[in-house]
Amino acid sequence: MATNRTKARKIRVLPGFKLTLGFTLFYLGLIVLIPLGAVFWKASTLTWPQFWHTVTMPTAMASYRLTFGASFCAALVNVVFGLIVAWVLVRYEFFGKKIVDALVDLPFALPTAVAGITLAALYSDHGWVGQLLSPLGIKVANSQLGIFIALTFIGLPFIVRTVQPILEDLDPELEEAASSLGASRWQVFWRVILPMLTPALLTGFALAFARALGEYGSVIFIAGNIPMKTQITPVIIMGELDMFDYGKATAIAVVMLVVSFVLLLGINILQWWTNRYNTHNLA
Amino acid sequence: MTPVATTFRPPPQVVHHHTTSEPPAVRRALIAVALVFLSLFLFLPLVFVFVQAFAKGVGFYLETLRDPNAWSAIKLTLLAAGISVPLNCVFGVCAAWAIAKFDFRGKNVLLTLIDLPFSISPVIAGLIYVLVFGAQGWLGLYLNADNPKFPWLANWLNEHDIKIIFAVPGIVLATIFVTVPFVARELIPLMQAQGRSEEEAARVLGASGWQTFWRVTVPNIKWGLIYGVILCNARAMGEFGAVSVVSGHIRGQTNTIPLHIEALYDDYNYTGAFAVASLLAFLALITLGLKTWVEHKNAMLNESEISK
Repeated sequence: MATNRTKARKIRVLPGFKLTLGFTLFYLGLIVLIPLGAVFWKASTLTWPQFWHTVTMPTAMASYRLTFGASFCAALVNVVFGLIVAWVLVRYEFFGKKIVDALVDLPFALPTAVAGITLAALYSDHGWVGQLLSPLGIKVANSQLGIFIALTFIGLPFIVRTVQPILEDLDPELEEAASSLGASRWQVFWRVILPMLTPALLTGFALAFARALGEYGSVIFIAGNIPMKTQITPVIIMGELDMFDYGKATAIAVVMLVVSFVLLLGINILQWWTNRYNTHNLA
Repeated sequence: MTPVATTFRPPPQVVHHHTTSEPPAVRRALIAVALVFLSLFLFLPLVFVFVQAFAKGVGFYLETLRDPNAWSAIKLTLLAAGISVPLNCVFGVCAAWAIAKFDFRGKNVLLTLIDLPFSISPVIAGLIYVLVFGAQGWLGLYLNADNPKFPWLANWLNEHDIKIIFAVPGIVLATIFVTVPFVARELIPLMQAQGRSEEEAARVLGASGWQTFWRVTVPNIKWGLIYGVILCNARAMGEFGAVSVVSGHIRGQTNTIPLHIEALYDDYNYTGAFAVASLLAFLALITLGLKTWVEHKNAMLNESEISK
């Protein structure tokens, strides 16, 4: 590989650069970029006071708090349990491990609407889980707790799948060295393993958080969508669209898009950090 | 340096057992925690879908699926996936070829742009097409019935009764949008890792560009391509939010399978909703199975290459 790179060719031997790059840019422009531009075009037709009034209206503000809070808590819970799942899958042997490993991706493969009605029915007062919780006074369906559960379901694979490969590649010599120098197993985990997993855990957290912010299908059925209480931000956009108020829908969409772009930038930086950390370790 | 050190070390297996693993009790507890968590969040919902689907018996199940509205939803979903998957496949191969086989400036920006649809809420994905094609949108301004800027286009669309938003074309477009990155994202790292020397050798030996692509590149990327297509298809058939915005929600006409599930659920026909949902849950299981199989194939391929 290295020799390949050093004798980099001045003349392109392979054909199709202009064709493939041209098509890539054309397709991206047509399907993604121009339509996305429409959001900012539509937003620009609003005056600043109109825009500000819409994005700060009480129902919208309540939805930001709910969406951010629930997404953050769900991603945090997934960091803990996702790490345990990844750890168990990489380090231990147990019956049915391969099936469990394959099923971790279920939230990616199961359509959100199916996940939505399933969780809503499971956690309703008469559902399998809901009927066990309601005597304890825990109400999941039509509550913020339900939104948190749906977002936890959606986010789980992100953490497991970002931590798993790092855990697999971890050099056992480091752990051996630490323990031969007298560290307890807990110290080895806390001082040696966990710091090496931190970039991957942060990346997984950010990916799960970003996904949760925009999630719609799996949340709306269990949430009940009560204004000021259980309405997530995409539901607010949907509500404005149903009233054909495209200006208001667009204004709130702009807020969400800006947050998404900032997160995307952050995730790219984190991933770059993870990769650098890895190549550094390997070297 | 290391070879000398290794000769002084005790056999690695012994070290491994005592110092780099947890006591059996901790091990068992961690496995239990992981399995309880996964059972509660993953396995239970999966089992629940199938149990609910057959709650009123096989007869009711088949009746629900044979309903004309369900059948039309299935056909529309197949159509949307049938258009978006091949298109995104061609896009993915083109993008990966340009990015992996050539050096140019702005590559990282391009990579970020390809990933963009993943970081946008499905509801916004639908909204952008409403803003482009809807009555109050970009095209709406140009096709306004009272004062069209392109009368010929407005006439042509009206004559042929072509609607984009709240109709089938909007559903197809929204599906394409949300599935853009799937194939590209699998192929780009794969083709970057494979480098360009094999293709260059083929070219130097006199193969044409197409021959090089079909005989050298395609066999190399086959499994990655299949992997991307499986994931792309699963999302295309299951997309809900984006499609929900651009669909007119007309039963039998603009409802895909996920939208039909929502309609049945809103009618309080829970068993019916779960019967249709079981189709998609089954698709998810097939997707996971195929995915695991491809990963297994790929791992074997890598092993045989390393041993060579």
